[in-house]
Amino acid sequence: MGSESGTAGAAGVDRTPSPDADVCVVGSGPAGALLAHRLADRGRDVVVLEAGPRFSMDDREERMERHIRGTGSVWGMGGERDAFASTGEQAYPLNAARVKGVGGTSLHWQGMVMRLHERDFEMQSRHGVGVDWPIDYDDLRPYYAAAERAFGVAGASDNPYAPPREEPHPLPAFPPSHSDSIFAEACERLGIDMHSVPNARNSEPYDGRSPCVGYGTCKPVCPSGAKYTAESHVGKAEAAGARVVDRAPVQRLEHDDSGERVEAAVYATPDGTEHRQRAEQFVVAAGGVETPRLLLLSESPQYPDGLANSSGLVGRFFMDHCYAGMGGRYDAPTRQKHVGFNTSETHQFYDDETPVEGMKMEFLNYAGPSPVMEAVRADTWGDELLGRLKDAYGTHIAMGALVEQLPREENYVGLDRSTTDDHGNPVPEVHWSVGDRTKQALERANEVQRAVLEELGVDVEWAVGPGNTGPAFHHMGTTRMGTDPSASVVDPDCRSHDLENCWLVGSGVFPTGGAMNPTLTIGALSLRAADALDAELSE
Amino acid sequence: MELTRRDALAALAALGGSTAGCTAPTADRLEHSEESDGSAGGDTDDAVAVRPDEGTLATMTAAAEVVFPSSVTGHREFVEAYVVGRVEDREVYRTGLVQTAAALDATARDWHGDGFAALDPVVRDRLLRNLGVDGAEGDPDGTLTDRVRHYVVEELLFALYASPTGGKLVGIENPVGHPGGTASYRQATMSESGENG
Repeated sequence: MGSESGTAGAAGVDRTPSPDADVCVVGSGPAGALLAHRLADRGRDVVVLEAGPRFSMDDREERMERHIRGTGSVWGMGGERDAFASTGEQAYPLNAARVKGVGGTSLHWQGMVMRLHERDFEMQSRHGVGVDWPIDYDDLRPYYAAAERAFGVAGASDNPYAPPREEPHPLPAFPPSHSDSIFAEACERLGIDMHSVPNARNSEPYDGRSPCVGYGTCKPVCPSGAKYTAESHVGKAEAAGARVVDRAPVQRLEHDDSGERVEAAVYATPDGTEHRQRAEQFVVAAGGVETPRLLLLSESPQYPDGLANSSGLVGRFFMDHCYAGMGGRYDAPTRQKHVGFNTSETHQFYDDETPVEGMKMEFLNYAGPSPVMEAVRADTWGDELLGRLKDAYGTHIAMGALVEQLPREENYVGLDRSTTDDHGNPVPEVHWSVGDRTKQALERANEVQRAVLEELGVDVEWAVGPGNTGPAFHHMGTTRMGTDPSASVVDPDCRSHDLENCWLVGSGVFPTGGAMNPTLTIGALSLRAADALDAELSE
Repeated sequence: MELTRRDALAALAALGGSTAGCTAPTADRLEHSEESDGSAGGDTDDAVAVRPDEGTLATMTAAAEVVFPSSVTGHREFVEAYVVGRVEDREVYRTGLVQTAAALDATARDWHGDGFAALDPVVRDRLLRNLGVDGAEGDPDGTLTDRVRHYVVEELLFALYASPTGGKLVGIENPVGHPGGTASYRQATMSESGENG
């Protein structure tokens, strides 16, 4: 095991360990990339180990074509490397919910970036549910602003339900869509306030990236680069001196004899070699599934239940946002599918107390089928196909919603020791279910959606709610933050309670998840952790 | 609605394909296959051999006349510009396309005694359906049926309906896959010109 540093591999890419790393970061998604950049920018010697490959910008159109034509995984997910088990009441399609590669899951994310509300940090003390965060909105507020600048968020201060903010968004919001104007009439009559959506997508040129040009395939791939991906901050980190090693999945973390410090990250490279990356500080930023998995895989005689797991809570309290949606046909063109993102939402029901679960409502700009995606999958062609496409496109209208799922210990990410990945490690087991109170909140979301659609005279044709909800692919809660080491995994700075140089960043640390897309909060927490880690290195 | 070279270039631009061979096609770039059925020339590294043979272009044009709606005209100009752009710098793809088109042509000769492009469009349509192409899943490495689905039918439908011209037939001037800007989604009615003109 192990190798000396400083020699390049046969393929010409040097994947050997860095000799004098201050910080080793595991994972190059938004959490890892923002932290790596901030620390490298302050002169720290940073090495980032990324399990997946580095994807070129040159073939993004081909990836888009793969998506439109349905000719394979856009980002190469699947197979033995990514094997997993789904064992809960509710199936969890994990490999549709993540990407392994430089940039992480932001390669295929939708790019919606809202701040959590103030009450999200205090659900126990305010409402007697869930658990309080050990930090509050004010603690995170300057970091939210920093994350918005990092992502280049296009937004407007027109949301009366949003928490207070100190400055405008970096970019102007995308204007409302034509279909937003259809919804606006109904919402006006029903007393529902619509407002803009903060998007991590350039409405103007920003940070060397293009404005949106309307490919309409934001998720899973934006060929123009207008949508923020963490590749941006990987590049900035590298420019600041950080080293990013792709195709270097970390197999386990090894601690020193005292059990108080991580000593090395053991990682594999494509040539079959294992290396040991030593560093002063270690940051695991591998997402809400792979981060707890890596800690569990790092079991040792001293820590038979896995690293940083004296609480027994590593992997526990797995949460996602549950989707509610409803749609039908309107009696006039709705102009869907021109862009792949939304321009209006309502957060009016987010802070309600009955039900207390947060919910945010979306007015979709991409309801119904895409003609080209229907065409390439059709079992006919010519005039018959065109007739079908005309029937299928034009008047679809729909709303979506994210609904909060409160933490439940019985939902977890563990190890399935009966199955191993391409390196012989037990695969992640995702055990997920949706409880009755979440289902009641989903029912409420459907009620609001139905009221709006019926006000528009729409015959509801489909609904996703309590009986058929699915996950929004936001993996949260599995390394929860708190002040009590017996009831949490990391402290308010995202440092593990058990090991003094082991930090965990990402949505795994969320004690509760609210109902806002999590990545802006991931970024804010990561920047905050970077400051704390930097201070630690200065001591 | 008449398809033009410009429509093909718009489709290509969206897909990152080369438009160099389309904007300034010259006779010396033409690289006709030695074999009239178009089955040769697939494995050459010759940089000049970017253009599929005439047989392939004729077969693709003949297929477009079947899979495109009857209101569309200008198949040859569109297909030629599009296919030439699609294969440039994509040797594996070009080989697959040329071989598949040749195999389809050979099947037409076997079954109907004439090349695919020479058949009546009704017969071409029946031939594709009898091959099972209508119900197949495209696969560049699959059976002939799967390859025809991938390289011929899906390719042509993709080219048409991801372009503003094809999108407009359905009612959307900025279809998914086309970088048509961020104005059309705000408009109540379809722009005849589209944002890109």
